[in-house]
Amino acid sequence: MERLKPILTRIAQAIPVVVGVVVISFVLTRALPGDPAVFFAGAAADAASIEQVRSELGLDQPLPVQFLYYVQDLASGDLGNSVSTGQPVATDLARRLPASLELTLAALLLSCSIAVPLGVLAATRPGSWVDHVCRVLVTTGVSMPTFFTGILLIYVFYYLLGWAPSPLGRLDFMYIEPDRVTGFFLIDAALVGDWETWLAALKQLALPAITLALFTMAPIARMTRAAMLAALSSDFIRTARAAGLTRRKILYGYALRNALLPVVTTLGMVFSFTLGANVLVEKVFAWPGIGSYAVEALVASDYAAVQGFVLAMALLFVALNLVIDIAYAAIDPRIGFESQ
Amino acid sequence: MISRRSILKGAGAGLAVTSLPFASVLNAKAASGDVLVAVHGATINSLDLHRTGTNRPSYQVAVNCYDRLVSFGIKTLEDGSLSYDYATIQPDIAKSWQVSDDGTVLTFTLRDDVTFQDGTPVTAEDVKWSFDRAVTVGGFPTVQMKAGGLERPDQFEAVDATTFVITLDKPSKLALPDLAVPVPFILNSKVAKANATEADPWAMEYVHKNTIGSGAFKVIRWDQGQQLVYERNDNWHGELPGVKRLILRDVPSPATRRALIERGDVQLSFDIPNKDAKELADAGVTVYSTPIENAIQVVGLNTNFEPFTDPDVRKAIAYAIPYEEIFQTAAYGRGNKMWGGPETATDPVWPQPSPYFTDLDKAREHLAKSAYADGFDVPFSIDLDQSDWMEPTAILIIEALAKIGITSTLEKIPGANWRTASLVEKRLPLHLENFGGWLNYPDYYFFWAYQDGHLFNSSNYRNDEMEALVDNALHMETDNPEWAPAIMRMIEIAYEDLPRIPLWQPALNVASNGADGYAYWFHRQLDARTLGPASS
Repeated sequence: MERLKPILTRIAQAIPVVVGVVVISFVLTRALPGDPAVFFAGAAADAASIEQVRSELGLDQPLPVQFLYYVQDLASGDLGNSVSTGQPVATDLARRLPASLELTLAALLLSCSIAVPLGVLAATRPGSWVDHVCRVLVTTGVSMPTFFTGILLIYVFYYLLGWAPSPLGRLDFMYIEPDRVTGFFLIDAALVGDWETWLAALKQLALPAITLALFTMAPIARMTRAAMLAALSSDFIRTARAAGLTRRKILYGYALRNALLPVVTTLGMVFSFTLGANVLVEKVFAWPGIGSYAVEALVASDYAAVQGFVLAMALLFVALNLVIDIAYAAIDPRIGFESQ
Repeated sequence: MISRRSILKGAGAGLAVTSLPFASVLNAKAASGDVLVAVHGATINSLDLHRTGTNRPSYQVAVNCYDRLVSFGIKTLEDGSLSYDYATIQPDIAKSWQVSDDGTVLTFTLRDDVTFQDGTPVTAEDVKWSFDRAVTVGGFPTVQMKAGGLERPDQFEAVDATTFVITLDKPSKLALPDLAVPVPFILNSKVAKANATEADPWAMEYVHKNTIGSGAFKVIRWDQGQQLVYERNDNWHGELPGVKRLILRDVPSPATRRALIERGDVQLSFDIPNKDAKELADAGVTVYSTPIENAIQVVGLNTNFEPFTDPDVRKAIAYAIPYEEIFQTAAYGRGNKMWGGPETATDPVWPQPSPYFTDLDKAREHLAKSAYADGFDVPFSIDLDQSDWMEPTAILIIEALAKIGITSTLEKIPGANWRTASLVEKRLPLHLENFGGWLNYPDYYFFWAYQDGHLFNSSNYRNDEMEALVDNALHMETDNPEWAPAIMRMIEIAYEDLPRIPLWQPALNVASNGADGYAYWFHRQLDARTLGPASS
């Protein structure tokens, strides 16, 4: 219970943030130029049919009334209907958010498993060839736009070599989605023991995840290297060395652990921008994710969808920040919730 | 273990089970299994065309899964590809029809052997219910029905199970073809009513997610934003399609779609960019490029912008435009040229080339004659969503205008604003537009694009003679002796007044690698009814 209370406090602190997001997302969507009634009235609409569509969408009501309806629906868990996809926003999010999360998490996992060791190696041997390889790799990764890397990978591994499956989204068309439990295909397929589908999902995931990983490696590797350098030159490491501890113990037991704090912070930031910003990767790999959903909703002035997206992202970030804070406390006992 | 891979075989998701290892069999030989995979860059957002907000790509569901009273025929074009035939209207659910002498009463006799996919017969009552729905729900379907003079439920009567009568307020040549467009599709009214509620009397929610027609296909799976799976209705009354199952995947990136079709992992890539069409055709992939009927890419000159009220300014611009360069750069030479035509129209056909061509000296001459000899500044507006053709076109025109002293700056407008700004508010001085009419009559085009206040008249154009000509010709039969001269006069006025300067007639590009039987339709959506695996 002692540990739970600060967490609950943190969640309570998030409530005003969420309320603010609800109000701002509502106001901002209405401030978008463009008229959804015109857009959705279709190709050959006349003035009367545009008005009809407007009232059907409830957009003929004054703004405060619209807001009231929106809050009322929200309170009952109804995010409204997206006009551009024709589905309830909640359904869209429930389907697309796991797709984006699966891709982003896989990419970050891959990215971390390469970038962190690479950063550590570079820091322990600054100026060596490892350091240079690290620098070249991350600079290349970050300087190539994701859609370019994506198309390049498709060209080489799908078009030329034929190793990768058709870049057709999360599963090739001959497979059926595994029964939905988490919405993560890898987890859901594993849960029912359908390894054939699991492998297929993994294959589909590989190229987009590599694309994203290449892009996200740079900040993580650079941050690991910088933090490790700082940690290695600090007093406590000198003391540890003087005390004759093993190199291994010093490096991984003390230096890395202290260097992890900024890395975790960077990871949180990278995660948040990747989740919302991998629109291009989603488009190239026909990945039904949240980024392209939001962009298309914005283009169409699809109010409910935009609001739902902003709200979902806000909740996600609140949760993410909480997780990162807890991770801080676990990594560095000096940081407690009490001190904040 | 029971495979959940039933999607490719058997009656439907969850219904049939099979343990064949499709994963290894299908990839290379999808075609041989009567299964075709198609990709498009768009996404389907409803299975019901009548629903508010249904986008254009979704219209294909109405075509593939539902029948209509009548249908257009199919013809072979000069290049050997298939196209619908506007000139032939043939029976679909109606086996015959009669038009009263005054042209206002259309009596349809329905086939008595056609059943819906649930096995119940298609009756005149279903037709009546479906037509009532189309004219009542508002939005696009109601507008389109109105174009054919179909406005109110009291115009439709189910006399008995196989006799259906439409009463028009006035005779119109547009009425019968308007029954063959995707909108007046026939729903199973019993199923619909069973799923209707007081708040939703037309079962919009149910039809949104279920196909309840008598058509050639049914949708057995729809994952919005990812794929749509059609399965053939083996009891369909028409000639059975060669494809048993069609999987339509949404692939937004054109580069990915191109890799897929080139590799042959998909058999059809629908609506591909002009650039890909040209390069794929050069690489030996079958590409169908059909000029879109009754459609032109035009430069709009808005009359609310002072200099454009001067006829010499408009002509100066028409002579300054580098047509050929635009056609090659923006359209990659696909479609038909719409410039350098005869001085006066000789045939009542539309679109036809304008008498203008690129001649900077002539352009300068006209500008010198005008009240704006020193040139002027004007923004050139384009739609960000259509920047693939609009941007190169606009840039080339801006360059050319600079040569005759007109300074123009490019203004890109995002998709949702574009329609509001260009078509509803009609406030863009210099812009691009690309209306295409479903009903293939010149007067139908002029009705939408040249009559005052009409949606696609983005130039705020008004000419009293044009108003009278269009009003008079629109519902007139084409064999009426007054019709052809009226059309020629419209074309003459349009090319003299120049509110819209034609550039080229665009093409709809479809690439095929293992699929046969693609046919072009005016609605520009994929009609799967003629598709089949390639025979070779």
